[in-house]
Amino acid sequence: MTFDWLVPLPVVVPLSAAGLALALYRRPRLQPIVSVGALAIVLVAAVALLVVVEDQPLVVEIGGWRAPLGIDLVADRLSALMLTISSAVTLCVLLYSLAQERYDDEESAPISIFHPTYLVLTAGVANAFLSGDLFNIYVGFEMLLAASFVLITLGGTGERIRAGTIYVVVALLSSILFLVALAVTYAAAGTVNLAQLALRLPEIDPGVRLLIQVLLLLAFAIKAAVFPLSAWLPDSYPTAPAPVTAVFAGLLTKVGVYAIIRTQTLLFPGGALDDVLMWLALATMVVGILGAVAQDDIKRLLSFTLVSHIGYMIFGIALSTDAGWSAAIYYVAHHITVQTALFLVVGLVERVGGTTSLTRLGGLAKIAPVLAILFFVPAMNLAGIPPLSGFLGKMGLLEAGVEVGTPLAYTLVVGSVVTSLLTLYALVKAWNKAFWQPPESVRPATTLPFGMVGPTAALIAVGLGLTLAGGPLYGYTERAAQSLAERTPYLEAVLPDGDPGGLVAEGDDGGAP
Amino acid sequence: MIDMSPSLVLVVTIAALFAAGVYLLLERSLTRVLVGVVLLGNGANLLFLVAGGAAGGPPITGVTPERQMSDPLPQAMVLTAIVITLGLSAFLLAMAYRSWQLHRHDEVQDDVEDRRIAQLAAVDERATADTDTEGTAGSLDEDAQEARDETDEGATTPEATLATGEDEEPVDEGRGAR
Repeated sequence: MTFDWLVPLPVVVPLSAAGLALALYRRPRLQPIVSVGALAIVLVAAVALLVVVEDQPLVVEIGGWRAPLGIDLVADRLSALMLTISSAVTLCVLLYSLAQERYDDEESAPISIFHPTYLVLTAGVANAFLSGDLFNIYVGFEMLLAASFVLITLGGTGERIRAGTIYVVVALLSSILFLVALAVTYAAAGTVNLAQLALRLPEIDPGVRLLIQVLLLLAFAIKAAVFPLSAWLPDSYPTAPAPVTAVFAGLLTKVGVYAIIRTQTLLFPGGALDDVLMWLALATMVVGILGAVAQDDIKRLLSFTLVSHIGYMIFGIALSTDAGWSAAIYYVAHHITVQTALFLVVGLVERVGGTTSLTRLGGLAKIAPVLAILFFVPAMNLAGIPPLSGFLGKMGLLEAGVEVGTPLAYTLVVGSVVTSLLTLYALVKAWNKAFWQPPESVRPATTLPFGMVGPTAALIAVGLGLTLAGGPLYGYTERAAQSLAERTPYLEAVLPDGDPGGLVAEGDDGGAP
Repeated sequence: MIDMSPSLVLVVTIAALFAAGVYLLLERSLTRVLVGVVLLGNGANLLFLVAGGAAGGPPITGVTPERQMSDPLPQAMVLTAIVITLGLSAFLLAMAYRSWQLHRHDEVQDDVEDRRIAQLAAVDERATADTDTEGTAGSLDEDAQEARDETDEGATTPEATLATGEDEEPVDEGRGAR
């Protein structure tokens, strides 16, 4: 029995559902059913893929066109894990936003647009994770970016247009860089299929190869918000509606990180730029967290911690060892859940406290003790307090760093510990001001809508689950990292006969399905 | 064998498109940024044509001998990229229009953080120049506004001229008098 049919589901189902939801724009009752149903199917498919790809990667050739010519979708351990986490997160955020729509009437302007756009966003994310073709990754990026443009300017208020402008222009710039990188890659290697590139790139001129690597890294680093290219993030994310910020913070940067992991391991083994990446990781961590410490607005504070913690993942990738990659993958999974959960909680804080400014918030622990717990757990998780998953992820990275043992790796180890402490400081400061500080004025006790607390709590539970399942999950990421390092499982799955050679000769018989 | 050396005309065109695109991208007006993005996108599309090698006949079996076919793959990619650029340009255009609706200009505004730093600088300047004046929040904002103007002088002039003659005139006079 083959499970190939599972692979396209995470892309096809949300896209079809997006069309359906758009057609149903006059039926606000049916739209949520369509979108929740679609995302639930995606989650089930992703979990099934997680199990199925244990033996070997699954490859689906779209339209039956053979691999190097046609576009293929590849699900291996890394992409299956990313898909599972991302679909769990998108489902939780969707449920949260449904509840928010129900309770907020004043902000309910273009709901009919929200569902289709959100579904296109998830389809784009899944497409980027599954794609076995560099150009298809670009298409996936564009899908999720176009959807994110709509979501970040939802409602079209002045502040959102201001923040959205920066976001859109920066995203377009990185897309153009990606296009240029694709053109250079095609000119140099004659293909954009990842597996075929992996076979051909070692043969081309090292200078050109380095150029391709730098161009791709630049494009992905803008998306992932790695330090010198991260300035757009803290300014644009916080103005969007809470669920939108949450899903952006959790997923969109991680798609960039995923693309960096995929290209660095598959296309450019040997780590030509590892030292540069190490320094960038250090700068991202330190600059990001110093920005967070200086913030007064809790949304902006979290955006800065988001930038800072991208540094951890880049650190893991730059180590170029199985242990480093494994820890980086685990850290991505941990960070997606915890960062999204935190932003959802901040949405609740804004609801109860009426503001996100830390100086004006206060006394929330008394008004909303449940909220205090909901904030405290993911905050400590992010800071890396044992035994939570943030601690496990950081521990893995530190161990991998010490194992490598170069002076630069030790510098990074020290940098990560300092960053972790500063994260703790920033979050405890936020906690003290928002929850313990005596409030300026007595606020009326508000009940938290269960529809919003439920998904938030579920997401926090997923984060805690990453701790409980820490052993098996680390085993899984280790196996994922091993197959990334070996590269052969991926290559053999996509191109069982090796590089088929010239494209001109291939053009004649490639059409047979 | 197909000649793989790229056409000089294409390369020069690409260089020109990229140079103009980057220049326009650095402007403050969103419409100019949009034109810059379109130019850059077209430059990247032409780059794909260069990547596909020398021009040949249409790649259809039976029409062109195999050796003289041009490479269809980059052209397919360019088509995809053109469609994507079209959609995103339309969105950017809509944003520029919305910005004009809201603010009567389509300038990319400053980062909140930048404005705050400008505000801090204004506070410092006040403190060193005249210790007696306790700046209120409103006038500090204006100072921050001026601090921004120093970095790009031309940007606000069209806005100011546009505002004259409209209902915002008293505000302008107040700023001038101060």
